[in-house]
Amino acid sequence: MVEAKMLGKRYMRKQAVKDVTLTLEDGKVYALLGPNGSGKTTFMKMVAGLVKPTEGCLSYNGKKIGVETKKHVAYMSTEPFFYAYMTVKDVGKYYADFFEDFSMERYEALVSRMDLRMEDKAKELSSGLAAKLKLAATLARDAQLYMLDEPLNGIDIIAREAIIRTIVEAAVAEKTVLLSSHLVDELEPIVDSVVFMKRGSVVLSGDAEEVRQERGKSIVDLYKEVYAE
Amino acid sequence: MDFSASIPIYLQVVEEIKRLLMIGELKPGEKLWSARDMALRYQINPNTAARVYKELEQQSLCYTKRGLGTFLTEEDGIAEKLRKEKAERLVSDFIREISRLGYTQEEICRFLDAGLQK
Repeated sequence: MVEAKMLGKRYMRKQAVKDVTLTLEDGKVYALLGPNGSGKTTFMKMVAGLVKPTEGCLSYNGKKIGVETKKHVAYMSTEPFFYAYMTVKDVGKYYADFFEDFSMERYEALVSRMDLRMEDKAKELSSGLAAKLKLAATLARDAQLYMLDEPLNGIDIIAREAIIRTIVEAAVAEKTVLLSSHLVDELEPIVDSVVFMKRGSVVLSGDAEEVRQERGKSIVDLYKEVYAE
Repeated sequence: MDFSASIPIYLQVVEEIKRLLMIGELKPGEKLWSARDMALRYQINPNTAARVYKELEQQSLCYTKRGLGTFLTEEDGIAEKLRKEKAERLVSDFIREISRLGYTQEEICRFLDAGLQK
């Protein structure tokens, strides 16, 4: 369980995240929604232990974010993480060195599902394939919490299905999944709960079905309403 | 399966299962998938799948045998009953909508005939 209380992050002059109080329960799939610059990535990076909060409290399973919690949290950033000389296979080995819970077998299965080949060079991959490689590497870990920052960005429709399927499998295995996106409609069928962020703060959150019923709107329509200025 | 944004997803899956029952793809008394398998099959959240079963149970279309799984109702003629209900609903929706446009009964019949010829 992730617990954030009055969490904030200030960079020099910019307040990236402000007063976020939020609980992410185990075994649920969350969509973290909001336009660019709303604080989604900063929030994820704090949970991943890559960015230190400047205000408030943040814990995972009751422990302060740190070396211990990082073992159970798999984070996929929007930036590429591998070196240009690496092949898809090297990326797997690199990950295996870093993470105890990395499964080469699962990585191979994901790589083939994503239409990648082990001998492909990372630097020669198209942006869509590179995005798929990042996902395969992240999801090949047997983590408890997966945080995927913009997992559908730059990915064609066919490949999106493979990704959605992989996320559903994680959900079925009772993993906690936090997905950030501004592509709401594709995520809507697979999420339990939604969290809307705006200018660093949470403006609306709750069970996706309840939110739909209360507001009488699909998440997509609600998204348009929340972010229309 | 493509989902519409305006109807709750679990209800759309409920309708799909009813349709499979109507066309005989699913048989009365047949064991249904587990919630997990249903989630994978329809690419939906496992909790949504659980909600699908709750709704089907409320509509008396399935029941759970402890430890064995969820089964479709064995009720006689259930598929035909559902199919007929659905057809009646579609027809009454159609009549209501087209009547609002001011067409007479005769004209509506002609539209239907023409449509069926296509």
